[in-house]
Amino acid sequence: MAENIRLEIVTPKKSVVSEDVRIVVAPGTLGEFGVLVGHTPFLTTLKVGSVRYTDKNGGEQQIFVSGGFAEALPDKVTILAESAERRADIDIERAKSALKRAQQRMEEAKQKENIDYARARAALERALRRLSLVDAR
Amino acid sequence: MPTLKDVQLKIAGVKKTKQITKAMNMVAASKLRGAQSDMDAFRPYAGKFAEVLGSLAEKAGEEASPLLVPRTEVRKINIVLCTSDRGLCGGFNTNLVTAAKKIIREKNAEDTEVTLTAFGKKGRDWARKNGIAIDEEYLGVVGSRFDFSTAANAGRKLVERFLDEEYDEVYAVYAEFQSAARQVPVLKQLLPIPPIESAAEEEAADEDQPYLAEHICEPAAAELLGEMLPRNIYVQLFSALLETSTSEHAARMAAMDNATKACNDMIDSLTLTYNKARQAAITADLMDIVGGAEALKG
Repeated sequence: MAENIRLEIVTPKKSVVSEDVRIVVAPGTLGEFGVLVGHTPFLTTLKVGSVRYTDKNGGEQQIFVSGGFAEALPDKVTILAESAERRADIDIERAKSALKRAQQRMEEAKQKENIDYARARAALERALRRLSLVDAR
Repeated sequence: MPTLKDVQLKIAGVKKTKQITKAMNMVAASKLRGAQSDMDAFRPYAGKFAEVLGSLAEKAGEEASPLLVPRTEVRKINIVLCTSDRGLCGGFNTNLVTAAKKIIREKNAEDTEVTLTAFGKKGRDWARKNGIAIDEEYLGVVGSRFDFSTAANAGRKLVERFLDEEYDEVYAVYAEFQSAARQVPVLKQLLPIPPIESAAEEEAADEDQPYLAEHICEPAAAELLGEMLPRNIYVQLFSALLETSTSEHAARMAAMDNATKACNDMIDSLTLTYNKARQAAITADLMDIVGGAEALKG
């Protein structure tokens, strides 16, 4: 097996992941990308979605990220996200109620042509992603 | 001359006050620890962010974003004043308000219109009383444990208004936490973003090439910078709020510590007064008895 690469996922509240992994797949704004050890230095923004990685024991892990950006170096990937949650840490009830709220707000926004539509959409996206990550086994 | 009963009541009262100040001291101490750990938790994020931003700005150039360009004519500015919601923390809020007052006076002298974004009740109340316009107010943030999204939402409004040319400059006044015994009010320019000094620059100088030289950027560096700059404001704001919260707890802890000491001093001196009065009463009684006995002997 090839060498491992260091993965750091940091949020303003805490460091969520800091471990050596085999491969990282992250949702870039311009498309999903995978990083192995020895990657060319690379900087990109992320969209809402999930970061997947294979840890050094071969286990598949998924982390929800609400956008942010990622920097890849030959021996290290750093992901700065406004929030990031491991699958087990996702609050399903909260995500569900956020989903409902966002849908409601989008309905209202449609009628009033409110500028808050974009924000409600973003909230909806986050909630959906959180929930789909929990469902996806 | 107060009677014995008066002094006794007074002592009991001061003791009760002392219990309260002591409890507040301990609560502040525990909240201070929490706030400090929040600050520590944020440091890796802020550090990495500044590093990437600095090198990106270098690569993309100054003209990459309207948030970087100073306005030639400054007509209206906004000051983000961070204060606490609650009092009993010594000169903490007074110091912050004094710092805000200073810049407002300077700006008013230049015929610049000043509005406030008030974090914390104390700063808001002060502004209301002095007829300073408040555009936004956020209560229940400073001193509690808040999320990054709080700073992001407030920051987004500032950035939007700056871009709409409602504001020409945005400043923040907050308390920098230097140590548990020292909190200093600081004035910091948020918008337009002052030239970003890159920490990487010095390191890179040794290696003979800028930090990000080889990075592939997706989207292009300028666009990436455009994405990151507003977020930089949120990061700055969040850090200012964290500093202010931590400072508030530290200030309250010190103030309550002083109050507890003052209570002790007062109890000591009151006890002395009480004992003196008690002695005087006993002496007087004795004199009476002795006088009575002498008279009976006659």
